[in-house]
Amino acid sequence: MSALSLAFYALAFLTIAASIFVVTSKNIFHSAIYLILALFGVAGLYVLLQAPFLAAAQVLIYVGAVSMLMIFAIMLTARIADTSIRQTNEQTVTGLVVSLGLLAIIVYSLWQTPFPISDAPMPEGAGRTLGRLLLTKFVLPFEIVSVLLLGALIGAVVIAKKDPQRREPTMPKTPLPGATQEASR
Amino acid sequence: MLELDKLVKWIGDGIEAGIGALGLGPPWVILAQLVVAALVIIAFVAIVVLFLVWWERKISAHIQMRLGPMRVGWHGSIQTIADALKLLQKEDITPAAVDRGIYFWAPIVTFVAALAVYVTVPFGKGLVVRDLNIGILYILSITTFTVIGLLMAGWSSNNKYALLGGFRSAAQVVSYEVPMALAVIGVVMLTQTLSMVEIIGQQQKFYQWYIWRQPVGFLIYLVAATAECNRTPFDLPEADSELVAGFVTEYSGMKFAMFFLAEFLNMFTVSAVATTLFFGGWNGPFLPSWAWFMVKTLTGVFVLMWFRWTYPRLRVDQLMGFAWKFLLPLAFINIVLTGLGIYIFEP
Repeated sequence: MSALSLAFYALAFLTIAASIFVVTSKNIFHSAIYLILALFGVAGLYVLLQAPFLAAAQVLIYVGAVSMLMIFAIMLTARIADTSIRQTNEQTVTGLVVSLGLLAIIVYSLWQTPFPISDAPMPEGAGRTLGRLLLTKFVLPFEIVSVLLLGALIGAVVIAKKDPQRREPTMPKTPLPGATQEASR
Repeated sequence: MLELDKLVKWIGDGIEAGIGALGLGPPWVILAQLVVAALVIIAFVAIVVLFLVWWERKISAHIQMRLGPMRVGWHGSIQTIADALKLLQKEDITPAAVDRGIYFWAPIVTFVAALAVYVTVPFGKGLVVRDLNIGILYILSITTFTVIGLLMAGWSSNNKYALLGGFRSAAQVVSYEVPMALAVIGVVMLTQTLSMVEIIGQQQKFYQWYIWRQPVGFLIYLVAATAECNRTPFDLPEADSELVAGFVTEYSGMKFAMFFLAEFLNMFTVSAVATTLFFGGWNGPFLPSWAWFMVKTLTGVFVLMWFRWTYPRLRVDQLMGFAWKFLLPLAFINIVLTGLGIYIFEP
């Protein structure tokens, strides 16, 4: 086995194992940490595919922003991090059918896709090319995404803004998540 | 002159010949070279941090008209070695109610993130482990793991001070990362490259330093970098007077030492990046390139220390307001003006 495929299998194992832990962990904070590990593994796969720009963007956006936001939400939600959440509910059969169906679709489409292998050398300065393409050929999707993000931003401000008509609901007097954990022991 | 690039190349070739003699392929040669480079960098970093800790104590002392450590060695110069030995001997206490796994990994994540940046920091001519073509982007993205480590420490300690400290540091670093990245973009627009070595290559002469063309960008970077390092006036995550020691409250012994190392290392990192982006990196007359790099970077570290012992601490709301309401718009204006400048002067 070459060193490259060894690295691939190590990263793939890391990603899959972390992903399994994300859904099986009883503690939601642990899930978030495993999710970060899984996303980091995916970034490693991008590096193996010689797409370092994509890998850095993956880490910067998913680890630096999205996961951080999730951890924030978890930490701000009182008592969510210390209760052991049930992993199953009454919908087990339905869930099984849906996920097996999804798996079948994914496997089928992977099977059908020809993966063309090119001998062309790696483009130098992929970041520059990417930037140029985004502002010329793909400027319309780029702008649509920008408008979508702007809309989300405005929406967030509107939701977060205090409504002068309504009285602010008083915060329930629950201690911080860390403190409740201490008390429950 | 005393350039080290020949020596580095000689060692690299030596490793290649040695591994080749064992009959292993090129991936193993690269691996062996990287392991050696990592060991060298860890040794270098340990020495730098030992020096910085002593330096900080001396600077703080002199700013406050005291002498600081004087007993151990010349002007207390080996005081930090004594302190490090003491830390190594200390009992490693794990409180009963912590989340053990996360508590254990938090200092490791923080320290590794602080160390991983050095893959692409150019210490001098030919003294860079890998000149990644995404250089500065790599540094920005890998430093985000530092915050993850701090959050893990804050949450797993199961202590209200630690949790508040972790919270504050995450909010602060996430907020200041945005203006920092935008300030860096100003320079990248001029250089048209992300590679650290190429950015330095464009600043051969004194008047080509990017600080002259990006003064606002530099100031934004300086403020954001101070906040990223969690240092005064932005040291709310470990504000001693209100949070005991913030996210490190429950840590002791070697785990505490790793957070400490990471903090000083981050300070050196942001100065090194500032040197590279704005002050021409290792370019300079007379002295060898690595000496110029060290002089410029240590000057940057000195400025950060000077800040710490001069300014009082900000409040949380002031801190956030400053990032989002002042630095961020300023960074956007800087980018627009830079774009206009490029459009007008460099068609």
